[in-house]
Amino acid sequence: MPTIKTQALTHIYSQGSPFESIALENINIEISQGEFVGLIGHTGSGKSTFVQHLNGLLLPTGGRVLLDGVDLNSSKKLRHEMRFKVGLVFQYPEYQLFEDTVYKDISFGPRNMKLSKAEIDERVREAAGFVGVPEEIFEKSPLELSGGQKRRVAIAGVIAMRPSVLVLDEPTAGLDPEGCESILKNICDYHEATGATVILVSHSMEDIARYASRLIVFVDGHAAMDGSPEEIFSQADRLRTIGLDVPVVTDIASRLKQLNIDVPDCCYTISQLKSAILSLKKEGAPC
Amino acid sequence: MKPIIQVKDVYFRYEGDDPLSSALNGTTLDIEQGRFVVILGHNGSGKSTLAKHLNGILLPDKGCILVDGMDTRDETKLLEIRRTVGMVFQNPDNQMVASVVEDDVAFAPENLGYPPEEIRLRVDEALKLVDMYDYRLHSPHLLSGGQKQRVAIAGVIAMRPRCIVLDEPTAMLDPAGRHEVIDTIKRLCREHGITIILITHHMNEAIDADRVFVMSNGKVVSEGTPKEVFSNVEALKAEGLTVPDSVELIYQLRLAGLDIPKEALTVEETAQAIATALK
Amino acid sequence: MLKDITLGQYFPGNSFIHRLDPRTKLICTVIYIAALFVAKSYITYGVLLLTLVLCVAVSKIKASAMLKGMKPLALIIIFTAILNLFYIKGGTELFSFWVLTVTTEGIKTACFMVIRIMMLISGTFLLTYTTTPMSLTDGLELLLNPLKKIRVPVHEFSMMMSIALRFIPTLIEEADKISNAQKARGADFETGKLTERAKALLPLLVPLFVSAIRRADELAIAMESRCYHGGEGRTRMKKLSLKLSDLMTMVFSLLFLAGIIILARFGF
Repeated sequence: MPTIKTQALTHIYSQGSPFESIALENINIEISQGEFVGLIGHTGSGKSTFVQHLNGLLLPTGGRVLLDGVDLNSSKKLRHEMRFKVGLVFQYPEYQLFEDTVYKDISFGPRNMKLSKAEIDERVREAAGFVGVPEEIFEKSPLELSGGQKRRVAIAGVIAMRPSVLVLDEPTAGLDPEGCESILKNICDYHEATGATVILVSHSMEDIARYASRLIVFVDGHAAMDGSPEEIFSQADRLRTIGLDVPVVTDIASRLKQLNIDVPDCCYTISQLKSAILSLKKEGAPC
Repeated sequence: MKPIIQVKDVYFRYEGDDPLSSALNGTTLDIEQGRFVVILGHNGSGKSTLAKHLNGILLPDKGCILVDGMDTRDETKLLEIRRTVGMVFQNPDNQMVASVVEDDVAFAPENLGYPPEEIRLRVDEALKLVDMYDYRLHSPHLLSGGQKQRVAIAGVIAMRPRCIVLDEPTAMLDPAGRHEVIDTIKRLCREHGITIILITHHMNEAIDADRVFVMSNGKVVSEGTPKEVFSNVEALKAEGLTVPDSVELIYQLRLAGLDIPKEALTVEETAQAIATALK
Repeated sequence: MLKDITLGQYFPGNSFIHRLDPRTKLICTVIYIAALFVAKSYITYGVLLLTLVLCVAVSKIKASAMLKGMKPLALIIIFTAILNLFYIKGGTELFSFWVLTVTTEGIKTACFMVIRIMMLISGTFLLTYTTTPMSLTDGLELLLNPLKKIRVPVHEFSMMMSIALRFIPTLIEEADKISNAQKARGADFETGKLTERAKALLPLLVPLFVSAIRRADELAIAMESRCYHGGEGRTRMKKLSLKLSDLMTMVFSLLFLAGIIILARFGF
């Protein structure tokens, strides 16, 4: 049974009013436990609306969302429980910090789950460990931290609920390259250590290419493309028509092909292209 | 040519900060009129603090900054300095004062006390330059991030500045918005001769610059053309910065023993360099 | 959703009333309110009601929009009516019940009060429905300009108002985002006792407050960077100018007020 399954999921904002707009139309997606999925699309392509359906923050105006086979629309109490099963990290999550200490803020989710004190403590420490929040800053005010640290605390606050699905909307937006890199690495480690399903929404093709094992491309409220990174990036032209960036490496690879150098179709990371080029070198002159 | 901005050995520490950790630690740089200059640095390297010094929002503890020959510490010249050096900030929402696009663009010339006809002229001209004239009667909060940032740029252009400083203007934008903003500022520089100082950590935005400065710990640690700066991959990585993927690829190929020139930057240059090396 | 609340109830249009200078509209509204308080008889009320209906018709604003806007004020209207109904004594006693007595005079006054309040509200609605909040602030600043002489910070006040208006949609959007983010962490804003619910609002209010302060700080720097240095020497792109139609409207309104006063003096 897939962890997440949407059946003909449709969402129309302000239905029936003159401002009516279709955000999602007939989305049928299945995501299995343990997958690392990248969601790509323009602003307004429906990807943010989609992820808010996964924990019942938004309810479908048509179709269904099933979580472990249970329809999220069926009861309010169930939806509340599902919030803990699908952890949602919004864009710029540091703006949601509100407690006076880091520790209290990370424990907000577990406290809402009505867990025992010992259990909460264990989860806070575990979550902080995953995202690299040192225990020395537990008693500090979140307001005193740097931007990158605040972001980590906010992500820890969601991970502390031990969700079986972790959804992150642009977790690296506005961070410098080093910060981006290390947060993505933390998420990747978390994925491997816990076996949780991770859904990463991002504009950065490079990031998604490096970490996700499956990509879903949203265009105008439709899931227009769905497949492995190899499958998606081999259709570089189609991505460009949609108006999405292609990883620079893919661009270089397709230019090399035009120059009659026989690199494989689906190069999208530096290490792939590097080894392809080096193996060509060993074979002797190409063409 | 006389530089439009001269930063001379500037030291600055925020009040209440550790006396040992200064935001600026002897920064020195010159920027020539009409150039497209990029300042790179990781978070906390002092690049935003430097930006706020360039139009007198912050004043140096030690050293001085000359804008077109005017010292930023000279209070009588403050308006003249701010009119010469315009500023665009990261969050487009937090720099708009008015509820209508054209009223917002009019804000600066209104502050400078120009007659209404002159303001109208400048507002229309500025909005056309950033390609937002059709949106002049819209409400800013309904625009996309890239559009908002272009309106913010128009709001600065309406002062007819000689130099515009942009402090991470694309950090909060999606790729489409990023292109819009970068294309706009490049055009302002190339076609209208406005000096552009772009502060960023998106390495790809530095590829077309005339000059790149890398900051770390409140100091300029390297400067040169993009090719010169990016060819020193180890030094950049030591500063917590990455290089454009094209540069990284060539760097790794060189490490693996491929004989390939390291000056390539764009996709085209990189592909050509690899092709030549393989032949 | 919070976003659905419409604030600054402006109904775009291009009617005669829409085109009037905001100062004219402000002055006329004040004159109209004064007239309402002077009026005492059926005739004067009739004249005022007719004027109001005429103005609403000219503005092309739907009567339903007027009534809809009055809904939140219904409680105040009903309360006033009941108070007048039982407290005003005079005329014939109709019936009495326990300590409450209803007289003909009571009913008459209650009706008058309700009509007066409704006309008062409609009059001000007509002003806000036909004038953008921005031009309203501008108009107010110009009208209050003479107060600058006695050091009332008129410019600062109107700048504050226009910035507040500008940021209302931004902050509403932000509140929406934060509340969703906290709900995703299991926050519950909807159930529980009143005290619990008030406490549950902290995760929403604290971040909203912190963010408002940060925005204010950044905005101040951005404004300074764009050469803002207070109201001194500041000019405006859109200069409000009184046209002939504005002057005519104001003269007519004054004559109208004079007429109502005279009618009231002679007992009408």
